Amino acid sequence: MQRYSGLTLLRHVLTGHRHWKPLWRTPEPKPHYDVIIIGGGGHGLATAYYLAARHGIRRVAVLEKGWLGGGNSGRNTQVTRSNYFYPVSTRFFDRSLQLYERLGKELNFNVMLSQRGVLNVATSLHELELMRRWANAIALNGVDAQLLTPQEVRRAVPRINLNARVPIVGGFIQRRAGISRHDAVNWAFARGADALGVDLIQNCEVTSFTQSDSRVTGVVTTRGVLSADRIAIVASGHSSELARRAGFRLPLTSMTLQAMVTEPVKPVLDTVLVSPSVHVYVSQSDRGELVIGAGADVYHSYMQRGSLATTEAAITALLELFPSFGRLKLMRQWAGVVDVSPDTSPIIGKTPVENLYISCGWGTGGYKAIPAGGETLAYTIAHDAPHPLIESFALSRFTTGALVDEGAAAGVAH
Amino acid sequence: MMQIECPYCGLRDEIEFSFGGEAYLTRPDLSVDDVEWTQYLYFRHNLKGLHAERWRHTHGCGQWFNAVRDTATHQFVKSGETADQPPQRRIGEIA
Repeated sequence: MQRYSGLTLLRHVLTGHRHWKPLWRTPEPKPHYDVIIIGGGGHGLATAYYLAARHGIRRVAVLEKGWLGGGNSGRNTQVTRSNYFYPVSTRFFDRSLQLYERLGKELNFNVMLSQRGVLNVATSLHELELMRRWANAIALNGVDAQLLTPQEVRRAVPRINLNARVPIVGGFIQRRAGISRHDAVNWAFARGADALGVDLIQNCEVTSFTQSDSRVTGVVTTRGVLSADRIAIVASGHSSELARRAGFRLPLTSMTLQAMVTEPVKPVLDTVLVSPSVHVYVSQSDRGELVIGAGADVYHSYMQRGSLATTEAAITALLELFPSFGRLKLMRQWAGVVDVSPDTSPIIGKTPVENLYISCGWGTGGYKAIPAGGETLAYTIAHDAPHPLIESFALSRFTTGALVDEGAAAGVAH
Repeated sequence: MMQIECPYCGLRDEIEFSFGGEAYLTRPDLSVDDVEWTQYLYFRHNLKGLHAERWRHTHGCGQWFNAVRDTATHQFVKSGETADQPPQRRIGEIA
């Protein structure tokens, strides 16, 4: 792997930038792999990287039907946080945030982590009570959370309208949270995995599985039939499709989640502002664009577009909180296919089919989980047993009723 | 913005409706085991392609009805079957 540093950059400058190497190879698929990962998004790429880096399993292929990071990993609003409610959730997501904190160094790639805080505002006394409960739960789990008065909110977010139709009565902030650059995270894991010998195969769609008894033995793809000892489905919105081809069902709903950006402007917002009830969240990228997200289009869809009505609802909420943003032009809008589970918590671990693993159900909150998702799934595949951090997120929990109902508990969709 | 055909009110904008999940789910007898009960409560088809689903015209007549829509194109294949009619056929084969 061609290492990046100030010194190597200088060398490239002095040699006219003629010696940059591609970030990864484009190999032809081999007939057999130890592990095949279906899905070349952040989670799939991170899993491949950790399989190679932590477990020495390098005969691995990542199969991606489109281009690497072209799915939800490249379409999110980049929020990186660990302010969850249940201890099992907070432990997992904070592990992910901790991995994010040293990711750039470990992968030798600037992931542009900016720990500018995620600030949640409350617009009623009831919501403030909920937030106090939420912040206390987080603090009890050993993760940073600080309650704020309206004045402190105004100091952190000078442009916010404190006395909108629904006044802001307070909030809380997780200071270690923030944003990072989603494409960089995808590419960093891809480059790291490739350097360790993982084959990244793009334009390769899995159409079915080859099975022997109740075991998977390989995949049939648009680029040939490949065999593997172990296979993992890491395909977010398309998880149910792949599960059906392997002979089992999932409790997921694939729906549209939109994101949008305004034209770039000078710095006007230096934290991530989230309003659960006036439903919108917004941050400002280093390019100056306001990055906006809100609620999902709540019906099954694989279109990656979203209804203009939902876009309008997101902007309405934004302008209620930031009237001055009404002067900005909306530059671009897009969407992903998010797989939402009944308890808004992920499903990760083994499946009813032997040698087949899955990581799905990340819903609207998969981006922040990429490092820990990859780390725990890699462990699970290597040991054929769930990593301790993800034991509560097994598919079997729906039968026992031991749901990790984060959405209800924290009062946020996650 | 999708336009949805309500069997009572005709073609209306999507924002007048609430989505009601997959249609034709049969609530099992309470004597079934946990596994079968879980299947009914949580497990769904969720496939790309034709999907039988329920809609409610919340900001209109308020009635529930069933429809078949392609989740890849949002095209409604058949709409307006009222929810209290028994299904003409099992749509388990869809997709």
